[in-house]
Amino acid sequence: MTTYESKGNKDTRSGFGDGLTELGRTRKDVVALCADLIGSLKMDTFAKENPERFFQTGIAEANMIGMAAGLTIGGKIPFTGTFANFSTGRVYDQIRQSVAYSGKNVKIAASHAGLTLGEDGATHQILEDIGLMKMLPGMTVLCPADYTQTRQATIASAAWEGPVYLRFGRPAWPVFIPEDMPFEIGKAQLLSEGTDVTIIACGHMVWLALQACEMLEKEGISAEVINMHTIKPLDSAAILRSTAKTGCVVSAEEHNIWGGLGESIAALLAANKPVPQEFVAVNDSFGESGTPMQLLEKYGLSAERIASAARRVIERKA
Amino acid sequence: MNPYTISQEKLPELCRQVRRDILRMVHAVNSGHPGGSLGCAEFFTALYGTVMKHTPSAFTMDGMGEDIFILSNGHISPVWYSILARTGYFPVAELATFRKLNSRLQGHPATAEHLEGIRVASGSLGQGLSVALGAALAKKLNGDNRYVFTLHGDGELQEGQIWEAALAAPNFKADNLISTVDWNGRQIDGDTEKVMPLGDLKAKFEAFGWLVFVIEKGNDLAEVTAGLQRAVEAAGKGKPVMNLMRTEMGAGVDFMMGTHKWHGVAPNDEQLQNALSQLPETTFGDY
Repeated sequence: MTTYESKGNKDTRSGFGDGLTELGRTRKDVVALCADLIGSLKMDTFAKENPERFFQTGIAEANMIGMAAGLTIGGKIPFTGTFANFSTGRVYDQIRQSVAYSGKNVKIAASHAGLTLGEDGATHQILEDIGLMKMLPGMTVLCPADYTQTRQATIASAAWEGPVYLRFGRPAWPVFIPEDMPFEIGKAQLLSEGTDVTIIACGHMVWLALQACEMLEKEGISAEVINMHTIKPLDSAAILRSTAKTGCVVSAEEHNIWGGLGESIAALLAANKPVPQEFVAVNDSFGESGTPMQLLEKYGLSAERIASAARRVIERKA
Repeated sequence: MNPYTISQEKLPELCRQVRRDILRMVHAVNSGHPGGSLGCAEFFTALYGTVMKHTPSAFTMDGMGEDIFILSNGHISPVWYSILARTGYFPVAELATFRKLNSRLQGHPATAEHLEGIRVASGSLGQGLSVALGAALAKKLNGDNRYVFTLHGDGELQEGQIWEAALAAPNFKADNLISTVDWNGRQIDGDTEKVMPLGDLKAKFEAFGWLVFVIEKGNDLAEVTAGLQRAVEAAGKGKPVMNLMRTEMGAGVDFMMGTHKWHGVAPNDEQLQNALSQLPETTFGDY
């Protein structure tokens, strides 16, 4: 088992902000748009350093997505910034027609995804966004695990040809991905090797999967942990290689059980070599107000729940 | 710079040929939107034949150094496809594939099949003004002093996103954006005045910060050309430009005018012959 130390807590949205700042300094073709949430998205520095390449669109997300599509016509690489809810459901048809169907090189940066947005409650806590975005042909869907990886994913998005949905969150969260761990879109990271069960997680849940792995290790269960930071295109080879070894899988995500990472894994397994799977996800429900940790606990998204799912799925192995 | 093979004197005839193309295209597949297409024949002839600086034979997505056009009301694709083919973007014979399987001429304009002349998909209404605004701002960032033209249906102005973009364009000083509304007063369910009245459009756009002009005779080629040229002259002065262009849905075919009924209905064999008889053959020839 490989162990990872948290170097302290930092929000993944700051990883986006710092990545965007770096892009502003290194790539003149990167532009950014924000719908009245500059501070929340940590876009302040880019906006300050590149006023001519930054567009405050006001609270008008549909227009922001359309403008971004138009900016690509002139060869720009636009990043749009708002909360995940307003980045997806609110503007689905704009993304579908003007971005995805039109093959536009727009990067949709979506913050405050999932339950960990916290006290604002269900109106803002979207748990369906991964599903909405992965269903769009040609859309790449990223959900990096921590601050460091969100910064890397932001920079990698600019170099990736085609539309990208980049999902990250609000709360301060353990920073544990080593700076020198290579990040490649579409290539899963095998964080810890094991033989009894595969745990595949994305976003905030990756840290909790590593915690679960440690708990299981103490019980003599060897868990393999995979960070699936790219939900589409899915790294099928990494999943099938691991499940061939362990014979069962637990998926963990801060998303509805329908439409998310777990569902993509289940479809892959069903079409190739089925093994038992347990889903750690929100059980077809909206969220509510509360602190991020209270909400994760209440909706079953904890290290303990990942560990118990692992014990269950091992029992189900033939 | 325009390498036009079509002389200005022949544009009225081209406009008539575009109408013939529209009717034959929608008739062939018994689907499509002839009404609005016919009503905008003069607009497209003037724009592509006289006003825009463009190179049909060497289409590029970024249109660097050229004027570009975004069609927001994508359902009038027949008129756009016809003028694109007739001005040299793609072979005229390809018009025969309109709305058929494996065609680049989709029911509504699309980029997936790489049809020359098209830069964004449209059909779901209300999105084109935002896209055009982004394209106009990219031109400014690129130091490209050419223009971005758009066309919108008047019914389309009922979409909220239009007004988001209308608010934003003057704020970003997109004075290289020249938009036109096909102000025919009709939409699928009936007269726009009955479905959802638009009120004083000129006052509305002016209040949003646009330079607004009215083209009273949108089916008069000379007047449309002059109106678009007036808009080009008015551009570059800090404000986006809006042309409110009064047209007649179905213009050029007597039985298709004065009603909303031909918005999205194709003529049958007999109706096609009747319509074509009102639009005599041209030297351009049918596809």
